[in-house]
Amino acid sequence: MFHWLEKNPFFFAVGVFVVIAFAGLIEILPNFAEASRPVAGLKPYTVLQLAGKEVYKKDNCIACHSQLIRPFKSETDRYGQYSLSGEYAYDRPFLWGSKRTGPDLHRVGNYRTTDWHENHMWDPTSVVPQSIMPAYKHMFKNIADIDTAYAEAVTVKAVFKTPYDAPNGTPLGTVDEARAAALEEAKAITADMKNQDVKDAVAAGKIPEIVALIAYLNRLK
Amino acid sequence: MQSNAALEYDYSVAKLFTLTTILFGIIGMTVGTLIAAQLAFPQLNYLIGEYGTFSRLRPLHTDVVVYGFLLSGIWSTFYYVAQRVLKVSMAESKFLMFIGKFHFYLYFVGALIAVVTLLLGITQSKEYAEFEWPIDIVIVLIWVLWGISVFGIIGIRREKSLYISLWYYIACFLGVAMLYLFNNMALPTYFVSGGIGSIFHSVSMYSGTNDALVQWWFGHNAVGFVFTVGVIAQIYYFLPKESGQAVYSYKLSLLSFWGLMFVYLWAGSHHLIWSTVPDWMQTMGSVFSVVLILPSWGSAINMLLTMKGEWNQLTDNPIIKLMVLASTFYMLSTIEGPIQSIKSVNAIAHFTDWIPGHVHDGVLGWVGFMTMAALFHMAPRIFKREIYSRKLIDIQFWIQTTGIVLYFTSMWVAGITQGMMWRAVDEYGNLMYSFIDTVAILHPYYVIRTVAGLLYLTGFFIFAFNMIKTMTASAKLTEEPQHRTPMAA
Repeated sequence: MFHWLEKNPFFFAVGVFVVIAFAGLIEILPNFAEASRPVAGLKPYTVLQLAGKEVYKKDNCIACHSQLIRPFKSETDRYGQYSLSGEYAYDRPFLWGSKRTGPDLHRVGNYRTTDWHENHMWDPTSVVPQSIMPAYKHMFKNIADIDTAYAEAVTVKAVFKTPYDAPNGTPLGTVDEARAAALEEAKAITADMKNQDVKDAVAAGKIPEIVALIAYLNRLK
Repeated sequence: MQSNAALEYDYSVAKLFTLTTILFGIIGMTVGTLIAAQLAFPQLNYLIGEYGTFSRLRPLHTDVVVYGFLLSGIWSTFYYVAQRVLKVSMAESKFLMFIGKFHFYLYFVGALIAVVTLLLGITQSKEYAEFEWPIDIVIVLIWVLWGISVFGIIGIRREKSLYISLWYYIACFLGVAMLYLFNNMALPTYFVSGGIGSIFHSVSMYSGTNDALVQWWFGHNAVGFVFTVGVIAQIYYFLPKESGQAVYSYKLSLLSFWGLMFVYLWAGSHHLIWSTVPDWMQTMGSVFSVVLILPSWGSAINMLLTMKGEWNQLTDNPIIKLMVLASTFYMLSTIEGPIQSIKSVNAIAHFTDWIPGHVHDGVLGWVGFMTMAALFHMAPRIFKREIYSRKLIDIQFWIQTTGIVLYFTSMWVAGITQGMMWRAVDEYGNLMYSFIDTVAILHPYYVIRTVAGLLYLTGFFIFAFNMIKTMTASAKLTEEPQHRTPMAA
C-alpha cells in the first residue's frame, strides 16, 4: 500500500491530511459549546476596558505575564481563586500567556490599585526595586483607540451574541454614547492618578493608553 | 526530452531563498540575543523608544526566526531537492519558474511588511500567529503559491516514486495550511461595525478556553510541522547524499513518517496542562506526547544508523558533523518535551525558563545546525564553487555548540529554580518567597544565556561570511561533486 501511495501523490496527500486532521476534531469539537459558556454574572467588557485590552495586546504583555491561575495551593495563596473556564467567555483572544517572567495577572484587580499601576508603568523599580520590567512611559502619551474598541464590541454583540445592552449588564449604545461613557469612566480613573499630562488629556476629551490599560487591569478580578 | 544524466537543474529560486535564510537568520538571532540581554540588563529596553521593549521585540524574534530564517531554509532546500529527487528541472516549465519566483518575491515583501506591523504593535497577541488579517491573507497566498510549486513539480516528474523528503515537504505544506487557517479565523471589526475604527483590527472567532485550545493545537503543531517535519525533509536528503550512504531502513522511515503524522497533532494540549481545558484533553496531550518519542527517535536513529561503518566521516567532514549533532539534539529535544508533558513535571516546568530552554536546544541544535549544513551542501552545487573555508566551519561548529550547551543548561537551572521557589512553603505552610525574589535570583542565568546567545550569533556570522565568500571568492568547480562537498582548508 505504501509503495502505491508513494507513486500517487494525490492519494498520498489525502492520506496525510486525514491522518493529521482528526486529532483536532476529537480534541476540540466535543467540548466546544460548553467551554464558551460564561460563569453566572459575568459582564462583557466596557468599551474603555476593551481599549485597555488592546493596549495589553499591542505591548504584548503576554510575553511575560500569564492570566491563568492553576489549581495548586501555592498559586491560590499567591494569586487568589484558581481560574474557571467560564470567566474567559468574553475573552477574544484568550490572553493566558505561556511564560511568567512576571507574576500572573488574572486577579490583579483584587490587590493592585490605579495609583500603583500608574507608578509601576511609569517606572517599575519605583514600586518593585528589583523589577526587570521595562517602563512603559509611551502609554502616558499615546491616545487609546476607543473607536476600534467600540467596533469590536459591536462585532461581538452582532455575531457572537455577547450580551451588551442587556438589563443590569454592560451598556453599549451608539458610537457617540460609547465615546461619552468611555470618557466618564476615564475621568473616574484619572481622579486617582497624579500625572498632569494624563489629567489634561482626559480633561480635553482624549484618553491616554495608560488610562484604558488601568481600566482593563482593574477589571481583572 | 533530455536524458537524466544531462539534466541541468535550475536553482534560481533556491538561490534567492538561500540569501533570505542568511538575512533573516542574522536579523532574528540578533533580536533574540538582544531580548535575552534585556532580561539580564533591563536598561537595554530603551534603545529605540517604545518599539524596543522586550515585549514588543519578542514576537519579532520568534516570527523572524521561524517564518524568516527557517521557512526560507525549508524553501531553498525544497527548490533544490524536489527537482533532483523527481528528476525534472524547473527550467522545463515556464509556469513553474514564474510561480517559484512569484512565491519568493511575495514572501519577501510580505515578510518586510510583517516586521513593520510587529514593531508597530499591530498584533492578534496569539503566539506565532500575531499577524492581523490583511497579512494573513498575504500569507495564505504565499502558501498557495508554494503548494502550486510542490504539486506542479510533482506533476511533471520523471521519477514516479516520491522520495522520503517529499513526503515531509507535502506534510509540512498540508499541516501548516490547515492549522494556520483555523487558528486565524477572525472577523475584521471595521467591516462588521460598518466602518468604525481601525481597518487592521479583528476579533477571534473563538473565545477563552476554546481559543486557547485552537491556538495551542496550532502553536504546537504549526511550529512542529515547520521545525520538525520541514527539517526532517532536509536530513533525509542531505545526510545520505553528503555521506554517500543509503538510508539505513525504509521500513523505519515509513513507521516514523506515518507515526509522526498520526501522533503529533494530539500533543498540542500539553501546553494547557492544569489550565481550564477538560482534564481528559490534558491527559491525552500528556500520553500522546510520550508516544511521540517513538516516531521522533525513529527518524533520528534511522539517520544515525545511516552513518553505520562510516563514523570516520565525522572527523573529516564538518558538514557530516553538523548533521549528526543536529540529529542528536533532535533526540535530546524530543525526550525533553515528553518529560515536560508529564503532569507532575509540567506543574513545575510550565511558565518557567525551562520551556524556552527546551525550545532552544531543539531550534539551535537541531534546526539551526541542519539548515546550515543543508546550505553548505547546496552552495557548491548551486554556485559552482567550493566551500570557502573548512576551518571556519569547524570554528563555527565549536563556538555554536558551546553556545547551545550554555543556553539549555542555564535555562534548565533557571526554570527548575523558579518552579521550585514559586511553590516553596515555610514550616507554617506560608509561601516562602515573594514573586520578585524568584526573578532576582535568575540574574546570573540570564547573563549566561546572553553569553550563549552571543556565541551562537557569532557562529552564525561566521557561517554567513563563509557562505558569502563561497558565492563570490572561492575556487571554481568544473564538475558537480557526487557526495562529499569540496572545501578549501
